[in-house]
Amino acid sequence: MTDRASLIRIADLTADDVQRILATADRFASVMDRDIKKVPTLRGRTVVNLFLEPSTRTSTSFELAAKRLSADVVSIKGQGTSMEKGETLKDTILTLEAYEPDVFVIRHPQVGACAVAERYTDAAVVNAGDGTGEHPTQALLDVFTVQQEVGPLDGMHVAIVGDVLHSRVARSGIQAFRMMGARVSVVSPPTLVPRHLADALGVEVTADIRDIADADIVYVLRMQLERMGAGGFVPSLEEYARMYQVNHARLRPGQRVMHAGPVNRGVEISGGVVDDPDSLIEAQAANGLVVRMAVLYDVLTEAAGDTGTGAGGAVLEAA
Amino acid sequence: MSTMAPNPRVRLPQRPGDPADVVIRGARILDPAAGIDRVDDLVVRDGVIGGDPEGLEVIDGSGLTVIPGIVDVHVHLRTPGKEHAEDIATGTASAAAGGVVTVLAMPNTQPPTDNPSILGSLLERASREAVVPTGFIPAITVGQAGESLTEHGDLAEAGAAALSDDGVPVGSALVMRRALQYQRATGLLFTLHEEDMSLSGPGVMHEGIVSARIGLAGIPGVSEAVQVARDCALAAYEGGRIHICHVSARETVDEIRRAKERGVQVTAEVTPHHLLLTDERVGEDPDPARFKMNPPLRDQDDREALIEALVDGTLDCIATDHAPHPGDEKENPFAEAPFGVIGLETAFAACHTELVLGGRMSLEDLILRMSTRPAEIFGLPVPTLADGAVANLAVVDTAATDRVGDRPYASKSTNAAFVGMELTGRIVMTLAGGQDVYRREP
Repeated sequence: MTDRASLIRIADLTADDVQRILATADRFASVMDRDIKKVPTLRGRTVVNLFLEPSTRTSTSFELAAKRLSADVVSIKGQGTSMEKGETLKDTILTLEAYEPDVFVIRHPQVGACAVAERYTDAAVVNAGDGTGEHPTQALLDVFTVQQEVGPLDGMHVAIVGDVLHSRVARSGIQAFRMMGARVSVVSPPTLVPRHLADALGVEVTADIRDIADADIVYVLRMQLERMGAGGFVPSLEEYARMYQVNHARLRPGQRVMHAGPVNRGVEISGGVVDDPDSLIEAQAANGLVVRMAVLYDVLTEAAGDTGTGAGGAVLEAA
Repeated sequence: MSTMAPNPRVRLPQRPGDPADVVIRGARILDPAAGIDRVDDLVVRDGVIGGDPEGLEVIDGSGLTVIPGIVDVHVHLRTPGKEHAEDIATGTASAAAGGVVTVLAMPNTQPPTDNPSILGSLLERASREAVVPTGFIPAITVGQAGESLTEHGDLAEAGAAALSDDGVPVGSALVMRRALQYQRATGLLFTLHEEDMSLSGPGVMHEGIVSARIGLAGIPGVSEAVQVARDCALAAYEGGRIHICHVSARETVDEIRRAKERGVQVTAEVTPHHLLLTDERVGEDPDPARFKMNPPLRDQDDREALIEALVDGTLDCIATDHAPHPGDEKENPFAEAPFGVIGLETAFAACHTELVLGGRMSLEDLILRMSTRPAEIFGLPVPTLADGAVANLAVVDTAATDRVGDRPYASKSTNAAFVGMELTGRIVMTLAGGQDVYRREP
């Protein structure tokens, strides 16, 4: 990691960083099997969750993650914040600095917002999704899920299907999967993929859904319906479904399907695939909590060079 | 070549001041358009070049070069309405500090400069505040809304230097055609911000590898090129004359080259920042908003195409698109930060470093592209060092290097893309409109 403990981009991490964080997540997972699911690891630390764009699962899992680690948590949602009265992100951060937070967890509609925030605080900044930029904790939980449920990513083929243009999940996921040794390909309507994606992120890009045939993992992206209105990116969702929907007719046995949610059943993915016990979608949702616990732990201890409380020992004692 | 005869109606007011009286002793005096290149004393008496040196202040010019002053046909003085970013006095002081002896100000003010009354008040203010001769470019369409023409005839009569909707394109081809037809009655040049807004969409940076990597919405090079192709076709059809602002994309260079080959009366400018920088800066810099401008910084192939086109004359001249913004507006996330960078004070040093010291063109050619040619295109007085001319000149130290940002700017704003760069080619002194308008403090 950089000298700052922040997690803003996947490129902030090395493969070793990823494995360290995911090893911590694995140990926290064992705590989640206990009766009392809370550990004192971050007692006395303050986590500010600043969510300036709608979010349910990410904000909930970050809030619960901080509470399970015994941190003090302040959660601020986009509705009713001063930013809607014209305050800039800089001023919001400077104001919240009064609480002397140790971590800002930030969800924001604009690319690069976390990097802006980082300039005005000494706290670590964790990117919980910045516009069409990145969503690194999603990528970490996706890697964790594959490693837990399928096996090492090294040598695997991950096919990412759908609206890559608007997807921070894809942008972070492609980088994380490749960092862990996977081959990544993108299958997308040509209108929904950035023109220079292949050169930018080292992926193969095709427009033919049949190209998922030799993938080990098929990662389905949500059609961001809210952006489809006037854009004319695809002629109709019905045609999109006919050409690109991931369903059992297009999958072969053994291929595992992922989706970051929320799903549009019958659009980018069939209901049958969502409900298939072989899909990894439920595991992804479940793993969000422990991976985000591990990220909060990591930015406050390991990456910051404060290894005295090591994840393996006393931190896992019940509170 | 498409050049206007000097337009006697253009008004270039400057604040009153004492005429310069000075001798620059033993400098290289270099004016390629006038065929002057010699080491000599340059006398300025009563603001005019030549005459008796007796009794005048003497400046040691050894090692220095006297050149015709820069003419910048594309600046934003932010007056009226955004004087917190710049005003006529500070913007033209910034020009003087950059060796610029004439500026033309764009109309995207608040309200837009779109009628003879606002133009008249700006000309009047400039006659009291402008450090260097300053002209104004009113809007082509009312409110820059792209719908109905402003009073081009009255604006020409009132002293407009040209017409532009800079900041936005003239969206409707029909409105652009009507403007070009009407040009036959007014003679005013159109200087065009070229962009197909439907292609630019929500874009905030160049559509390229960097935008794909970081996820910002891109503005493709063809957004500029298709609009230029449209306007070249219209100009050809109507026999009109157009000037293309701040060319940024290699596709646009191709369009302009083809249009010139078939005789279209089109000229074009390029900015120092597009000649020196690429979109990689947006991906790398911890403060990327200082590299946000429209048109955006493009990739290395585009940059190379711009330099080649400037060298071969496809692009006629350099203009800064000096666009001041208060620092706090640039502290927002990239998409929310305003487009634009300041450039008057660094234009010569930047281009001298990149193009002349970089071996791409001679100092003589750079002077033609920054002084002579832009003046000719807009029908302005051409700065010259010939005897009898009003002093419009810069004294430069072509060996001195400064790091941008180490000294305070004369501009009110500090949003400079070149901050931290070492640039060689220092402006030591500027005489504009016969007045002594800038001397570098030690």
